[in-house]
Amino acid sequence: MVWNKKDLLGLEDLTKEEIGLILATAESFKEISTREIKKVPALRGKTVVNLFYEPSTRTRVSFEVAAKRLSADVINIATETSSVKKGETLIDTGMNIQALKADIIVVRHNASGAAAMLARQVDISVVNAGDGWHEHPTQALLDIFTLKEKLGKIEGLNVAIVGDIAHSRVARSNIWGLTKLGAKVTVCAPKMLIPTAIEEMGVSVTQDIDEALKNADAVNVLRMQFERDADAAFPEQLDYFKNFGITEERLKKAKKEIIVMHPGPINRGIEISSEVADGTNSVILEQVTNGIAVRMAVLFLVAQTQEKKDDPLDSA
Amino acid sequence: MKILIKNGRLVDPQNNLDAIMDILIAEGKIAQVARSIQADTQNIIDATDKIVMPGLVDMHVHLREPGREDKETVASATQAALKGGVTSVLAMPNTNPAIDGAGQVRLLREIIRKSSLANVFIAAAITKGRLGQELTDLAALKKEGIAAISDDGTSVDNQDLMLGALKNAKQQNLLVICHCEDKSLSANGVVNLGFTSTRLGLRGISKESEYTRVARDIQLAKNAQAPIHIAHVSCQESLDLIAQAKKQGLKVTAETAPHYFSLSEEAVLGYDTNMKVNPPLRSRQDMLSLKQALKDGVIDVIASDHAPHTENEKAIEFERAEFGAVGLETELAVAITELIDKGFLDWPGLVRKMCLNPARILGINKGALTVGADADLIVVSPDEEWTVKKEELWSKSKNSPFIGKKLRGVVEYTFLGGEAVYKR
Repeated sequence: MVWNKKDLLGLEDLTKEEIGLILATAESFKEISTREIKKVPALRGKTVVNLFYEPSTRTRVSFEVAAKRLSADVINIATETSSVKKGETLIDTGMNIQALKADIIVVRHNASGAAAMLARQVDISVVNAGDGWHEHPTQALLDIFTLKEKLGKIEGLNVAIVGDIAHSRVARSNIWGLTKLGAKVTVCAPKMLIPTAIEEMGVSVTQDIDEALKNADAVNVLRMQFERDADAAFPEQLDYFKNFGITEERLKKAKKEIIVMHPGPINRGIEISSEVADGTNSVILEQVTNGIAVRMAVLFLVAQTQEKKDDPLDSA
Repeated sequence: MKILIKNGRLVDPQNNLDAIMDILIAEGKIAQVARSIQADTQNIIDATDKIVMPGLVDMHVHLREPGREDKETVASATQAALKGGVTSVLAMPNTNPAIDGAGQVRLLREIIRKSSLANVFIAAAITKGRLGQELTDLAALKKEGIAAISDDGTSVDNQDLMLGALKNAKQQNLLVICHCEDKSLSANGVVNLGFTSTRLGLRGISKESEYTRVARDIQLAKNAQAPIHIAHVSCQESLDLIAQAKKQGLKVTAETAPHYFSLSEEAVLGYDTNMKVNPPLRSRQDMLSLKQALKDGVIDVIASDHAPHTENEKAIEFERAEFGAVGLETELAVAITELIDKGFLDWPGLVRKMCLNPARILGINKGALTVGADADLIVVSPDEEWTVKKEELWSKSKNSPFIGKKLRGVVEYTFLGGEAVYKR
C-alpha cells in the first residue's frame, strides 16, 4: 500500500494497514542509527520546522534528530521567543512558515485540535507532536513499535495503560493504535482521571492496579501531569504512588516478563519507582531510540505526498 | 397600497386556517382572507404551490448593537432576518452596554428607529450589567416598553436574587427568560461531556449544568407564581422537568434552537468551531428527544439564538473560540427539513412554534393572519432545495453550523407592515 496523507494528525483516522506501513518503514530506518555515518539523503533539501508551543525535550529533539538523519534542514521555533508572544495566531504562524517554503511543520500545541486546524489551512505537511489532550501519534507509534519488537506481535496482547488517562494524549493515541491492531487494552486510574464513556473506545476500565497488571503483557505508565491545567479534583502525589505507583512489589503480582513502558519524562517515586524505571522489565530508553526510527518513517512518508503533488507528470 | 396574494396555501393556526386561500393586504394590514378575492390592484402575486404564513417571530436573537458592531448591527441582522422570513425579533440585552436601565432601552430604541428593517422587541437584563448582583428596576423598564427580561448568556446564580427578580417580574407582568446554566458545573467546558469530549480531548459540559438549573428556576418560578420561559433547551433531562412542570399546571414555556434538533455532538468531530455553542450540541438521543418534544408540545417555540461572532473569534483553537452560531437565515429551512420532512410537525405546527406561540408568550400582536392585524407575512417555496453557502449569508458574521448543508424551503417574499421588504 501507498501512503497518501499529507499530514499525520492522529491514529484515530488511520487504518490498520496505514499503521502497519509506518511501522514497516520505521523498521527499515532503524538500522541507519547504528551506522557510523548516521545519514541518508532521503529528505535532502527539505525543510522541517519544529513549532512547539509547549516545552519538550524528548519529542522535539527526537524529531530534530530524525529529520537530520534524513538530511533535512531543521528549524526550531520555541514560541516563548517568537511573535506568538506578540499575539500572532496559529494560522498566521503556519501561513508564514509556509511562505518561507518549509515542507513539513511538526507542531505541538496545548489546544486539542490545533494540529488539525493548522493542517486545514496550509498546503504543506503537518505532523502532530501532541495537541492538548487529544493525540500524540508518534509516541503511540513508537510505543507500538517497541512492543512489536519485544513481543513479536500486537494482536492478542494484553496492554495496561496506567495514569491520568483523562488528560493524556499518549493514552488516547495508544488506545486507537493498539485496538486497531487487535490488542486488548485496559486503562487503570482513579475514577476522577478516567474520561467519560472511554469504554466506547473499546477498552476495559479498572481502578484496581493489581487487576490491571495481572495478565498484562505490557504496562504503559503515564506521567502524572501536575503541570497541565489542574482540574479541581486531583489525587495527592503520595496517595497516587501508594495506590497506583508501579513498584517492584507491584510487579511481583504481574507476569515475570511484563514489559514496562513510559513516554517520559518520568517522575521517579510518583508514578513509577526508580528500581522499576531502571530495572530489567523497563524498555523506557529503547522507546526513545525507537522514536527516532518511527519519526524518520513519518517524516519520510508525509514528505512523499508533497513530492507527488509537485510532480508535473501527475497532473497531465 | 394593495397587494393580493392568490392561490397560496394559507397556514394560520390562530384562525384555524390551513387551506388554499387568497389574502389581500391593504394599508399595511391584512384586509381580507377568502377563497377567491377580486381586488382593484395590479400588485398580484401568484402563490400557487407556495405556503403563505405569518412572518417568523424569533424570540432569541443577539443583535450585538450597541457595542459589537463588528459582529452584527441592528441593520445587518434585521436584513438577514427578512431573508430568512423573520419579521419580528426579540433582542437579547447582553450588548455593550447591557440593556439594564431606561436610558439603555432608549438608546437601543433610537438605533432601532434609525436603522432597523424589521420589528425589534427589546429584552432587558434581570441584573445590572448582567453581573448577577443587583436587580434592575423593572418598573422603569416596563415603562419603556420592554417585552421580557433575561440575563441570557448567564444565569442568576444567587437564588434569593432570582426569586426576587421573579416576584418583581410577576408584579410588573413581565416574562422572565431563563438561560439555565450552573457555571460551577460547566466550568471551562467547550463541548458535551461524553464520548465526543473524550475522543476530542476537550473539556466537557455536563447535562447537569443545564437541567439542575432548569429544576431550580422552575421551583423558584413556582414559589413566585411567575411565568418563565426556558431558553435553548438541549437535553432530555431538561425536557422531562419541563413536561412535569406543565403537567402540574405551572406557567413554564420552553424553546429550542434549530441546531439542537438537527445536529448532535458528532458534528463537533473535526473541531469545527461553528459547532461550538452553549449549551453544547448533545447526543443523538437528545436530538431525537427534542424533535419529539416539539411534536408533543413540551417545547413551545423554535428560536434561533442567533449569535454572530467575527472570523477572528471563530477561526482559532477550538477551546478559545467564542460560543455561538448565526441562525436567522436558516431557521425556517432547518425546521422544514428536520421537522416537516421527517414527520415531526405539520405546517400548522411549524407556524405555531415559530410565529404564533412566541408572539403569545411575549404578549405581542404578531404571528397570525387575522384580518386587521399588521401584514407581516411570508411566501415560502416549501420544496425547493438549496445549499447553505458562507458567501451567500447576509448576516455580517458567517458562523453558521449549516454551511455546506442541503436544506429545503426558501422564502420568496417577506412582507412587513404590508410592504414587500424582501423579494428573492
